[in-house]
Amino acid sequence: MPLLTTSDVGTDVHPGLKGPTDPTAGAHTHSAATMVPDQSRAERTQSYAVADFPVPHGREEDWRFTPVAELAALFADESTGNCLDWAEQLPQGVTLTSMSVQEWQATGAPRPADRAAVVAAANSGGVAVLDVPAEAELTEPVRINLTGDDQGVVHGHLLVRVGRHARATIVVGHSGTSTYSEMLTLDVADGAQVTFVSLQEWADDAIHLGQHDVIVGRDASVRHIAVTLGGHLVRLNTNASYRAPGGSFEALGVYFADAGQHLEHRLFVDHGVPHCRSNVEYKGALQGETAHTVWVGDVLIRAAAEGTDTYELNRNLILTEGARADSVPNLEIETGQIEGAGHASATGRFDDQQLFYLMARGIPEDQARRLVVRGFFASVVARIGVPEVQERLMAAIDLELEQASV
Amino acid sequence: MSTLTITDLHVTVETDQGTKEILRGVNLTINSGEVHAIMGPNGSGKSTLAYAIAGHPKYTVTSGTVTLDGEDVLAMSVDERARAGIFLGMQYPVEVPGVSVSNFLRTAKTAIEGEAPKLRTWVKDVKDAMAGLRMDPEFANRNVNEGFSGGEKKRHEILQMELLKPKFAVLDETDSGLDVDALRIVSEGVNRAKASTDVGILLITHYTRILRYITPDFVHVFVDGRIAEEGGPELADRLEAEGYDRFLTNA
Ligand SMILES: Nc1ncnc2c1ncn2[C@@H]1O[C@H](COP(=O)(O)OP(=O)(O)OP(=O)(O)O)[C@@H](O)[C@H]1O
Ligand SMILES: [Mg+2]
Repeated sequence: MPLLTTSDVGTDVHPGLKGPTDPTAGAHTHSAATMVPDQSRAERTQSYAVADFPVPHGREEDWRFTPVAELAALFADESTGNCLDWAEQLPQGVTLTSMSVQEWQATGAPRPADRAAVVAAANSGGVAVLDVPAEAELTEPVRINLTGDDQGVVHGHLLVRVGRHARATIVVGHSGTSTYSEMLTLDVADGAQVTFVSLQEWADDAIHLGQHDVIVGRDASVRHIAVTLGGHLVRLNTNASYRAPGGSFEALGVYFADAGQHLEHRLFVDHGVPHCRSNVEYKGALQGETAHTVWVGDVLIRAAAEGTDTYELNRNLILTEGARADSVPNLEIETGQIEGAGHASATGRFDDQQLFYLMARGIPEDQARRLVVRGFFASVVARIGVPEVQERLMAAIDLELEQASV
Repeated sequence: MSTLTITDLHVTVETDQGTKEILRGVNLTINSGEVHAIMGPNGSGKSTLAYAIAGHPKYTVTSGTVTLDGEDVLAMSVDERARAGIFLGMQYPVEVPGVSVSNFLRTAKTAIEGEAPKLRTWVKDVKDAMAGLRMDPEFANRNVNEGFSGGEKKRHEILQMELLKPKFAVLDETDSGLDVDALRIVSEGVNRAKASTDVGILLITHYTRILRYITPDFVHVFVDGRIAEEGGPELADRLEAEGYDRFLTNA
């Protein structure tokens, strides 16, 4: 039984005429006061069997924000034999091989947790395996660029293993178009330090569903970074768990939704062992009618997870009317012996006062807008720590804003 | 020599109760190098005048003109007004998260000059201006106004005025929230700008305190959306002694 469960729903539809974004709105830190009973996150189904997951109709807790009617092709339990085009750059010592789905199951990798993921795992035809050897110190990122060239259904399955005490940065990019469902396991051994970046730079008509499972080894430190700019419908579920004490998980995300885009990020950090920390920071901007973003951040601190330290934050900036951002942090705490647990969620409209202030100093409107939006993202972008990703991201944000002003 | 001329200015804002007229015929002419103090009770429309000159979209000019050396200021966008040489030091400067002071200052200077300032001299100018206002150099790396105290925000406004070198500066209650030392430091900054660039100043204030450091050439009493009386520095002393009752009962 959870000692404490809190859940906030922050939704901002059609931003009103009220004043500036309050950066502290919705921000709070929990001690041990409120109690809102809820189904525990621990009770959700996880299975390799497709039959364990009925096709969602859209009212399920984990699908309620998603336009499931558009996803029938990815819920169908059929293999297509399609794949994305792979281009990889592997630093010395890093290997790319494959294994069967049965072998992958035998590794004890976390199981699929929804219909799309179980279908992807059952129909991928095999698992690509990226290995970074123990104690490798990569000076260059591992790059995997995946490109789709038609809208056929693709099931992708990737296992990334980082050996003990290795240091690595891995960037997986997605571009072109596809109807893509992905199952990804990132298994990080003891003492390793990993930055994993998933870049969604899809064309306007792509669909991408993903389940990313991150396993953090003893004293390992893992940063999972999602950058979602393109695609018609993108939904990423990122789940983190700890194999042993001392692990650290950081999840950073940046998204920018235009008219016609649905960008959804769901995180689940499962603290099941003592003395681990997690930190989640996602920031998104929205512009244009029907732009829709969803952020759900679930954190579960199990009874055994004494000394946990966790914080999660989501901020959304609505640039034009008609866009909608849903933001739902959830914190379940089953032990009182924690270092700290907090969350913050805020959605605000673009602040005209900031724009006025900059323009009153002679800065033209488009440049002033750019400064404000870049400023909004600055804290999270600075923490990405992969220069090529940071630069591309900033350039992409500038481009998004330019496109909006024509 | 430049001249900023405000003629019969009427300004409204939209409120929950409908359109409300706040400025009701303001006439004012400021020349380069002159200091005009505007004093008036709370809610009389002083900030409204400042914002209307700067072009804040919340305020609608329903009639009247504002010209800068004959150019129609009201036809200009906010940024064009700033580039034409009008500066607004705000009563409540705005925080801009994620934008550093140094980036902000350089971007503004570039916009106003039409080209990027020479790096070497610019860095020195910023450093010197900050030192003159007793601002820690660390402020250059902080985000614009974020977490600044009231006094720090006001120093930052004057810093911008010194660096951007406007033709006319409207300073809206730059003195409020300052302790005596800060008041003197900020006033010195204004006087430096005046000496070096001959800026014309519209100084909005509640208190005569700042007028001991910045000597006004003219004092205007602002009541109920217009100028009720004009005079020299001696008028400020009289206001300090008598308050605004005389004007309010007449109104
Ligand atoms: N958006 C608005 N909605 C309603 N009333 C407004 C709005 N903006 C200004 N006002 C009103 O206009 C009047 C003038 O306001 P303004 O801020 O110009 O006064 P001020 O002279 O600067 O006052 P203070 O000395 O307190 O700074 C006030 O009565 C104020 O309440
Ligand atoms: Mg005022």
